[in-house]
Amino acid sequence: MTPEIGHYAVALAFIFSVAQGAIPLWGAYKNNPLLMNFAVPTARFQFIFVLLAFVCLIISFVESDFSVALVAQNSHTLKPLIYKISGVWGNHEGSMLLWILILALFGLLVGEFGNNLPPSLRARVLSIQGLIGAGFIAFLLFTSNPFLRLDPSPLQGSGLNPLLQDPGLAFHPPFLYLGYVGFSMAFSFAIAALIEGRVDPAWARWVRPWTLVAWTSLTIGIALGSWWAYYELGWGGWWFWDPVENASFLPWLLGTALLHSALVLEKRDTLKSWTILLSILAFGASLLGTFLVRSGVLTSVHTFATDPERGVFILFLFLIVLGGGLLLYAIRAQSLKVGGLFAPISREGALILNNLFLATSFAVVLLGTLYPLLLDALDAGKVSVGAPFFNATFVPLMVPLLIACPIGAKMAWKRGDLSGALSRLKAAFAASLVVIIVSMLLDENRSLLAAGSLGIAAWLMIGTTLDFLEKIGVPKRSVGEVFRRLVNLPRSAWGAATAHFALGVMVAGITVSSVWQIERIQIMRPGDKVEIGGYTVLFEGAGQVNGPNYKALQGLFSVFKGKDKVTVLLPEKRNYPAENSSTTEAAIHTNLYSDLYIVLGDADEKGGWATRIYFNPLVPWIWVGAVLMAAGGALSLTDRRLRVGAPRRAVHPANSAIPQEH
Amino acid sequence: MKTVIFLLFFLVTPALAIQPDEILEDKLLEERARVISKELRCLVCQNQSIDDSDAPLARDLRVLVRERLQAGESDEKVIKFVVDRYGDFVLLRPPIKASTLALWLSPIAILIVGVVILLMRFRKQEKNMPVQVEPLSSEETKKLEAALGKDRR
Amino acid sequence: MFKRVTFLPLVIVFAVSVLFAIYLWQIGPGGKDISTLPSAMLDKPVPEFDLAPIEGRKLGLKSGDLKSGLSLVNVWASWCPPCRVEHPFLMALAEKGVTIYGINYRDKPADALRFLRNLGDPYKQIGADTTGRVSIDWGIYGYPETFLVDHTGRIRYRHVGPISSEVIETVFNPLMEKIAKK
Repeated sequence: MTPEIGHYAVALAFIFSVAQGAIPLWGAYKNNPLLMNFAVPTARFQFIFVLLAFVCLIISFVESDFSVALVAQNSHTLKPLIYKISGVWGNHEGSMLLWILILALFGLLVGEFGNNLPPSLRARVLSIQGLIGAGFIAFLLFTSNPFLRLDPSPLQGSGLNPLLQDPGLAFHPPFLYLGYVGFSMAFSFAIAALIEGRVDPAWARWVRPWTLVAWTSLTIGIALGSWWAYYELGWGGWWFWDPVENASFLPWLLGTALLHSALVLEKRDTLKSWTILLSILAFGASLLGTFLVRSGVLTSVHTFATDPERGVFILFLFLIVLGGGLLLYAIRAQSLKVGGLFAPISREGALILNNLFLATSFAVVLLGTLYPLLLDALDAGKVSVGAPFFNATFVPLMVPLLIACPIGAKMAWKRGDLSGALSRLKAAFAASLVVIIVSMLLDENRSLLAAGSLGIAAWLMIGTTLDFLEKIGVPKRSVGEVFRRLVNLPRSAWGAATAHFALGVMVAGITVSSVWQIERIQIMRPGDKVEIGGYTVLFEGAGQVNGPNYKALQGLFSVFKGKDKVTVLLPEKRNYPAENSSTTEAAIHTNLYSDLYIVLGDADEKGGWATRIYFNPLVPWIWVGAVLMAAGGALSLTDRRLRVGAPRRAVHPANSAIPQEH
Repeated sequence: MKTVIFLLFFLVTPALAIQPDEILEDKLLEERARVISKELRCLVCQNQSIDDSDAPLARDLRVLVRERLQAGESDEKVIKFVVDRYGDFVLLRPPIKASTLALWLSPIAILIVGVVILLMRFRKQEKNMPVQVEPLSSEETKKLEAALGKDRR
Repeated sequence: MFKRVTFLPLVIVFAVSVLFAIYLWQIGPGGKDISTLPSAMLDKPVPEFDLAPIEGRKLGLKSGDLKSGLSLVNVWASWCPPCRVEHPFLMALAEKGVTIYGINYRDKPADALRFLRNLGDPYKQIGADTTGRVSIDWGIYGYPETFLVDHTGRIRYRHVGPISSEVIETVFNPLMEKIAKK
């Protein structure tokens, strides 16, 4: 009965999404408040029914109802409960329903918390959300129904891919989807603004929280995926420029550009056309990702097993949503009023530089990801574009961006003083030079690239800190004044400083862990020791252990620093009988600024075991940095000005050139 | 007995990436082998190099690369050996040919396009309304200082 | 109106969508298989090699043997399940008079023989590639693989994975006829 309720709920949600899509839009066109007021209730009902469907699907999985085809294909009675639940979205149909749930959730939230929006704008935004939702619910109902039944139903399921039976991976999709789908809000706002014919600082202020939520979630989602790959896949890699990884990175790049561009729009009422374009393209990138992962055009460990027929439907959705948005943009963008002027050397100029390099990186990563497909479609040969290409092109593009970051933060709006900004960053520059020199001295390879990267990390971290200190009046002002400023500093300033500082942390982590990693591969017999990274690793032996749904071969390694025992590490090789596959579990000891990473290999015939032991200095900083960056985003979200005192729109749009607040 | 059979299972499953017995004694050659291995795609894996992969074919190719390096071949010749047999697809870094020129030139080309668009925009802005303003009079300057007194930024 | 630069993103997205549509159509039912690679050795002569026979047989396989007429070269192993699946099709082809040579990839001597005793032996000659090096020379990456070699010893086609009646009918037969005509 539960699956039928779920199925019926999806159908009802479809009806409400169509209503939500059509009625308020018409109402806004006719300026009819009654029709516009349909927006919030229909959004509520759409959400309620999608939630109901999702809960029904979860129940089917938790109860191991194998009469539901999806449960039979993806679950097993012996699976631990948490993976029964996360298995709901570990497949195409279930994850599609999660996508739709989050889309409906955002619609609901705009309805509940968007009371500061003009009714016509809110009506239009919700309508666009509704239309998108209708498209995806239709896709679900007609091609990817999670509630299809199997008759006769099997006694046991096929189980979930053991690689997916992991806590990190359980949370990775929900965060990712909050990001992807979150950008639909910026999209809906942009379309609504184009329809209204008005893009102004008020609009930018209203869009900001939604973009921040999406961006922060996506940052966490990508970081989770990367961290999972590091500890699960067994060779210490954490980013592979896999097409599906790129599909998540592309919206992130545009989202970051959008955050910065919307800032210019909000403060200076300019860059309107570009910001609208970014809002449309960011969600377009999310849709492209959905297409690439689910259509079968790419083969990757990440893709869902699906078929070209579904691909056609998604392509259709992609073309209508993105194409429709861009068509509206093409027609309407020129008529947006020109806003504030500024000199090239200014805060605006620095943010444009930021956008230039982020947009170029986006285009290059996009081209690299799609190139094999493009050539194959044109029968022009089969090439592969892998990590070496992306590293060679993406990294140099990031360098100017990272260098400009602390400088731009110091520039004034409209006309900035470059030499002044640079002189105020003298200390950071000096520190970076010192770091570069020290790095070159300590590095046996004398790599300029590594030293330069570390220099940039120092530049970012110290430059951002100096900027923050100057903002609160250190060292010029009195202690009391400093404290007062610290407390009154807008949260978005805290957020930006945190995020930019975190960027430096990440660059440091990436550089040091790549360049100064120590790897020891050898055969060890019980009693053998390896010295690595200041640790002594003693191999005690290997034996068999049992888990809830797996059997494992486990190695025991005692780790010492000098004479003190630090920890015991237990790497495993697991076999999951239900799914008939194996995984390797590395054992990691971290102190948050370096990792000791041990993988158990094969036994040789003489009682020894192949072991791989890595010392990864600063590798935790990659994810600490990512989390810190997300925290910066979350901090900015709590800025009072986003909730209280959002600018009321001026009655005569012609006068709204200059925003009232700082 | 069950344990023995169970343990035997792990003797048969693929080993993990580089095995201790593959590592060459000559550190320089081994380093070259690692660099080359990172450029070659493992064809039976998803997006891994033969250096990272635990597949038997990857191991065979790793051993092959080392053998040829020990025979004195240059890096380019070793790579060409593999490409002759498996095609360009085995290279993780797309070779620079006519068909990939668009890809390799894209970063600089797109940057140039972006800069050109920006230059055009600034020129149009200058034409319409120059940002240069007349300097403030001394009265205006005094008023400004007074107003900005506390907040220097 | 269409001269405006704001139409550029739309045009790009439209062009990319068309390409995606073309690709989807190409890989649709019965279409291109994007998970396999074309051989890098098409229209090139077979690599030079000389392999010893497997245990229990007298004749090995060398490159010179492949220049006598149109033939199939099948790379297989007893431990490879898809090789088991395709074997009946090889037997059927051999019965029809197609010359099939085998390269036995990294097999234990007794296992290869046992495989043939249980499932039949369609091979005129078999070379034992115990190190796998010769297979690499052929560009093997997924087993089984079957090559079509013409009478001059050139590789004309490679199929990755087990052969099926569909592959035989739609690819091998037409190609073999075309070559035989020349």
